[in-house]
Amino acid sequence: MSEGVYVTGIGLLAPNGSGLEQHWAATLAGRSGIATLSRFDVSRYPVRLAGQVDDFDAARHLPSRLLPQTDISTQLALVAADWALADAEIDEGFFADYDTGVVTSNATGGFEFTHREFRKLWTRGSAAVSVYESFAWFYAVNTGQISIRNQFRGPSSALVAEQAGGLDAIGHARRTIRRGTPMVVTGGVDSALDPWGWVAQIASGRLSTATDAHRAYRPFDVDACGYVPGEGGAILVLETASAAAARGARQVYGEIAGYATTFDPPPGSPRPPGLRRAAESALADAGLTPDQVDVVFADASGVPELDRAEAAAISGLFGPFAVPVTAPKALTGRMYSGGGPVDVADALLSIRDGVIPPTPGTAEVPEDYRIDLVRGVPRHHEVTTALVLARGRWGFNSAVVVRAVPGPRTPAPRRPRQPQERT
Amino acid sequence: MSRMTIDDLRRVLVECAGEADGEALTADRQDRDFEEFGYDSLALMETAARIEAEYGVRVPEERMAELRTPREVLDLVNDALVRTS
Repeated sequence: MSEGVYVTGIGLLAPNGSGLEQHWAATLAGRSGIATLSRFDVSRYPVRLAGQVDDFDAARHLPSRLLPQTDISTQLALVAADWALADAEIDEGFFADYDTGVVTSNATGGFEFTHREFRKLWTRGSAAVSVYESFAWFYAVNTGQISIRNQFRGPSSALVAEQAGGLDAIGHARRTIRRGTPMVVTGGVDSALDPWGWVAQIASGRLSTATDAHRAYRPFDVDACGYVPGEGGAILVLETASAAAARGARQVYGEIAGYATTFDPPPGSPRPPGLRRAAESALADAGLTPDQVDVVFADASGVPELDRAEAAAISGLFGPFAVPVTAPKALTGRMYSGGGPVDVADALLSIRDGVIPPTPGTAEVPEDYRIDLVRGVPRHHEVTTALVLARGRWGFNSAVVVRAVPGPRTPAPRRPRQPQERT
Repeated sequence: MSRMTIDDLRRVLVECAGEADGEALTADRQDRDFEEFGYDSLALMETAARIEAEYGVRVPEERMAELRTPREVLDLVNDALVRTS
């Protein structure tokens, strides 16, 4: 049997909190990061609400040299990685550079940066376009920049699977560790809130056109009307159980115990969607049966037919009303590749604190969904094992199982930790 | 067009590629290698494009890649400015 792969550090920036503990406190208190998009005038757009990381000033966290060459999505990813490494207290030099890898996901690339450069191209000609456009737009750039900044020279990669990709990155990071790289930094971060990124998102037809921030994204509700997009994500430090033990890791949030991914059949096929099979396969990978799962962090699309399909997958696999289901992402909006990793972080904190965060805003779930959706207030409940689901447009389904590690529980933070700064 | 000074070059570099790592680019450090300031080949390509836009002096990419220090860039730009004036 393979050695366990542990999560020993988390760095997170979400619309309802920059910093893991800030986000978690807001999530349990039901504080939302959804508001009218303020980066440009959205008054004439059909979709106006977004989850924005408002308090983010990249220049406070990153060296000046990195700013002209990075999109905001990469700046968020670099800072999340810094915070994850600080949280894990990875001492420089503990791992050899070739023993450290980076595996991230990204769904939308560097929209804002590229939009700015296109504007230069159209108004001032090709010579005015930044040479950094050559990579700043690119899905793999977060992996590359995190690797360069931290001298992580081991096996590294980038996965793109629309909104499911963040879980795929975590799954692939686990695989990378099992192939012999003891420490891998992984997760996903996205941001596409400039006018071009915004219309590209609207074009999916899945965004909520509601204007009341508290009612716009209500997954599994009878009045579900699409989703609100968000920006941000999470970066996790994964390492082998033996590496964590050898360096006396200050905390182990839990184990990445299972992972699977499936692809949907083509439209019109009589075969069912692949989400249930992804969940089943991830549980099988973890060596668990459905009755051992304490909570499901749902993909929670907010698009009624997709909510219905996910509810059918969950109630079919676990039985009607058999497992608590939740979707705290209703407080942040959907962060694309960042959504799955933030859900994994929330699942690990549910294990740590013995509490399941609620799905805010959702009031009434159709009875025939047959799911026990945690609504209103947090549910205090011992959590040992959590299943996290994510779907991406065009057929991606991914599932990750996280599990408490044997031994004493991860202590709550010894002190309120402000994310450390480093330039 | 007036001459390009070390202060002009520093401003262009900062606009294109951010502040130097470590010590700032000043007149008494203009013979140091760009690498010592943390400016890589892409930073210098970006700078060459900005110099052309501002001063009308075209520095081909291959030529720019050969220039190791701020003084070499200033000499090339100012020689070209003198020839065209």
